[in-house]
Amino acid sequence: MPSIVNYLWLIPALPLLAAGMIALLKQRHRSLSASLSIGSLAISLGLSIAAFVPTLGPIEGGGGVKRWVHNLDWFEFGNTTLRLGWVLDPLTAAMLVMVTFVGLLIFIYSVGYMAHDENAARFFCFLSLFAAAMLGILISNSLLLLFMSWELVGLASYLLIGFWYHKPSAAAAAKKAFITTRIGDMGFLLGLLWLYGETGTLLFYDNGNGCLEQSALNRLNTLTTAGGMGVATAISLLLFCGAAGKSGQVPLHVWLPDAMEGPTPVSALIHAATMVAAGVFLIARVFPLMDVDPANVAGSSTALSVVTWVGAVTAVFAALIAVGQNDIKRILAYSTVSQLGYMMLGLGAGGVAVGMFHLLTHAFFKALLFLGAGSVIHGCHEEQDIRRMGGLRRQMPTTFLTYAIGMMALSGVPLLFSGFWSKDEILHAASVWPVSRLPFYLGLFGAVLTAFYMTRQMFFVFFGKQHLGKEAHESPTVMTIPLVILAIAAVLVGFWGTPAWPWLHAYLTGHELHLDLSALAKSATLMLISTAVVALGMISAWRLYTRKTPSSPQALDPLEAAQPAVFGVLKNRAYIDEFYEATVIRLNHLLSVTSDVLDRFLWNGLVQLVSLMAIALASVGKALDQFVINLGFDGWCGGLKQGARGFARLQNGQVQSYLRVIGLSLVALVVVLLWERRR
Amino acid sequence: MLAWTIYLSFLGAAMAALAPKDRPTIARWIALTTSVLGLGIGLAGILHQTNRSALQTIVDVPWIPAIHARYLLAADGISLTLVLLTGIAAVAGILFSWNITHRANQFFAFYLTLIGGVYGVFLSFDAFLFFVFYEIAIIPKYFLVAIWGSTNKEYGAMKLALYSFVGSALVLVGLIATYAHAGSPTFSLLELARQPLPTSFQVWVFPLVFVGFAILAGLWPFHTWAPTGHVAAPTAASMLLAGVVMKLGAYGALRVAMPLFPEGLAAWRDPLALLSVIGILAGAGIALIQKDFKFVVGYSSVSHMGFVLLGLMTLSVTGLSGAVLQMFSHGIIASLLFAVVGRMIYDRAHTRELSALESLQLSRALPFAAITFVLASLASMGLPGFSGFVAELQVLMGAWKTFPLYAALAGIGILIGVAYTLRVLVKAFFGQSNGTIEAATHENYAPISIPERIGALLLLGTSLLVGIYPRVLLDLILPSFETPLMKPLLKGAGL
Repeated sequence: MPSIVNYLWLIPALPLLAAGMIALLKQRHRSLSASLSIGSLAISLGLSIAAFVPTLGPIEGGGGVKRWVHNLDWFEFGNTTLRLGWVLDPLTAAMLVMVTFVGLLIFIYSVGYMAHDENAARFFCFLSLFAAAMLGILISNSLLLLFMSWELVGLASYLLIGFWYHKPSAAAAAKKAFITTRIGDMGFLLGLLWLYGETGTLLFYDNGNGCLEQSALNRLNTLTTAGGMGVATAISLLLFCGAAGKSGQVPLHVWLPDAMEGPTPVSALIHAATMVAAGVFLIARVFPLMDVDPANVAGSSTALSVVTWVGAVTAVFAALIAVGQNDIKRILAYSTVSQLGYMMLGLGAGGVAVGMFHLLTHAFFKALLFLGAGSVIHGCHEEQDIRRMGGLRRQMPTTFLTYAIGMMALSGVPLLFSGFWSKDEILHAASVWPVSRLPFYLGLFGAVLTAFYMTRQMFFVFFGKQHLGKEAHESPTVMTIPLVILAIAAVLVGFWGTPAWPWLHAYLTGHELHLDLSALAKSATLMLISTAVVALGMISAWRLYTRKTPSSPQALDPLEAAQPAVFGVLKNRAYIDEFYEATVIRLNHLLSVTSDVLDRFLWNGLVQLVSLMAIALASVGKALDQFVINLGFDGWCGGLKQGARGFARLQNGQVQSYLRVIGLSLVALVVVLLWERRR
Repeated sequence: MLAWTIYLSFLGAAMAALAPKDRPTIARWIALTTSVLGLGIGLAGILHQTNRSALQTIVDVPWIPAIHARYLLAADGISLTLVLLTGIAAVAGILFSWNITHRANQFFAFYLTLIGGVYGVFLSFDAFLFFVFYEIAIIPKYFLVAIWGSTNKEYGAMKLALYSFVGSALVLVGLIATYAHAGSPTFSLLELARQPLPTSFQVWVFPLVFVGFAILAGLWPFHTWAPTGHVAAPTAASMLLAGVVMKLGAYGALRVAMPLFPEGLAAWRDPLALLSVIGILAGAGIALIQKDFKFVVGYSSVSHMGFVLLGLMTLSVTGLSGAVLQMFSHGIIASLLFAVVGRMIYDRAHTRELSALESLQLSRALPFAAITFVLASLASMGLPGFSGFVAELQVLMGAWKTFPLYAALAGIGILIGVAYTLRVLVKAFFGQSNGTIEAATHENYAPISIPERIGALLLLGTSLLVGIYPRVLLDLILPSFETPLMKPLLKGAGL
């Protein structure tokens, strides 16, 4: 076992330590806090690379992937012990390197972006906390530790979205994000409880006793729930709820676009590259469990079929909405939702390697796009509406070039750009999915839309007439250098996974790697199709927006002019928020009010009733006392008093009376005695 | 030695009562010294516990021979955990009532009497003695609320006292009936638990005793005393009410009602579990729409105590130890929440209306209060790292085996918990300013004092310690389920 495994915990611990230290600093130590964050993450990056290297070597004994775990007891209850631990395997290692690398660039970029914010130190504290929690998710070898880190990620995201809490929209967005993802997390928690109930462990890998290892999976495979659904399927679906919340899958996607209220580096780091990918990572991590299904008839387990369908629907739905948006970050946000859908589609239809490939390429080019958008916003004096921009390619050349690379990677422009290769893998997997062909067509349609909305955005921002009132300026070097590095990465990472040289696939699944140029020829048809699809999207957008140039920011979008009804729905985000407002939130409110009324009137009323009854009873008692018992008592007393008065009168102290009495008594006595004698 | 927690508190109460009326400092320091000593004795008792799986007898002498009542004090891990909680909550409560000047000597006298009674309950293993201490704990509550309270205090105090006495009356009837029915006359809990009572008897006595106790634990629908009582009470008293007194109820249910009437328990288990879940959901739901900050915290207590009762009904080691852990955790967190609301905010801003607080932007004026409340909210929401997470997780793990549906519903309760906590957090501290008022108002706020800071750190630190390393308490709690009193509870429940 490589010694780095024992020190893997340092990777999240260092940023956590940095967060703690910054929390104790005063707000004015901004450069010290920035250095602490950046320094700790840089060491984590070094450690991640050190952890990455041993996973690369050839596999001893052949078969399977390299995997080392380190487990420890957390606490015990009864005769069971709750154990936590961390794992090093290709999945973890690849993600660690990606997150620390992209994270580091974004941290550096933030130095420039937050230069004028008075709370920059707090910002770096939260960023470090986020990095710690995210890295914790990646190294977890226990569903419980993963869940705990997962919650902390949610917290960090809440804090960062609401960073500018004095903006009401930011405060509301933060709350919405936290609560929406928590809805999914409840599913996650229940899945966790159920899994623990069935397998008695939450460790993923534990020398054959983990819940993702064969014996546990075999056991789960034999169990079915009351409704005939496999227990493994039910657990998987519950876990998927959590993943869907975090990764913004329909119908829990509503929080992600609103989350753009946070500072742009946050959007890049959390809501593009890393946190939202956590859901995809979770599914990849528990993939062996998702794959178990006793009723596996269609060639795909029920759980994975659900993942595929949800992914495909999300991919298209979010891309459609992106077409109708005018805020530069919101377009990217919906694009993220859509791409996350692609990742889920890839995971469900093609397995871990396919989904993870897109996750990794997307992390680079989407971080690039967000940072580019941040640069644009920064250069345009906090303007975010693309209709008010225009012609920026001359003022912001570096941003323009790097943004164009990101845009082409996202749209999937052939051969040179990473998004092409990873999306192609997904489409390939979908085209041979045994259950249905529809996700494949949805994926193609989504690709058209992606090319369309990105071209539309490019056109509004960088081409055409300039609408911005003030002079735009290029961003400082500390912001553009990360853009350039990310742009290079956005091109290069694609070559890890071409059909001819599927390095990432081999690395993640432990297969042998061959250079096979003939594979390129085999997938040529698909590549041609997807090229045609991208071209269709880009050309139609280009034609639409050059021919009917909107003359001013207030003018109607050409699409809106053509199809006002459809565009209106898209612009208003398909009214999903309003729908939730009218159903879920109102229902919850109703229940709360009912309970409150119940408390105030029913229970309290009962209490009042009881006390009234007690008072009534008391009054009866009082009446009884007064009129029945007292009457008797008083009557008796009165009689006594009367009697006493009578007797008292006898002794009134007058000698005459006494003598009279004595005399009378004597007479009476004599009379009585005489009477006796006569008898 | 542990018995000294009781005697010291009563002694301190007497001394505080005799302290001069016009010099609150003396009474304060008497109270603080006594409560710190009590906490120290509790800690020492835990450290010196020799045999963890046995019940340690402290005192056992005949008391009232005519009714076979004994003065029997003993401790197992559950008692020790709650003694520790009482110590911490008592110290914190005094730190947060450092500013009391109105009849301070009487205030602290009542306060310490209450604490002494609570210690007594947690250490009694004779049902009669238990009941006597239970009553001693109830009476000072009334005076604390009625004299030093706020908002509708007479109503709140009276409601609180009446509910408590109704509960006591039920318990008393049950205990006397049990005494009369027991083969050999005794009040010792261990002896009573050893004598099997007829099932038909248990089925009607168990609900009397259990509900009698659970009224104080906020069992729905007998919970309405809790929010009004908490709101009316002065800060320290609401800290003790939520932190300790609600635990008396849960503890009585666990210590007396459940082991004495196992068959009654079996008959009533399902409906009681249902009531606990309704409590979790209703409490959370009502908290979501309250307008008064303190009512939110009050209802959240009802919701969190639902987890304790649900844990009790699981009858598994996991669920029961989770319930005890949750008693401790909620005691700490609720005390902290009430301290922030009652002391840090209300004593300065003189309002608890969320709509009024919204415009005050308290996060700027009182940053320490804001950070404390943020952390306390995280703990209350059950975020990993704080004690609430491990406690609620254990309860849910235990409940999942027996009541999977209730576990799921309780999960929804946690979710609503997030919603109401975030709502008050944002409204109370991070509201929108409407311009001009705050600069002048903020000047008038006294800065957060040192006792407040110490108290907040004490409570937060405890919650974090237990959350990160739950074994500090679980190693105490778990062996308690091996004692002859508690062991039969787990019969046939598995795990």
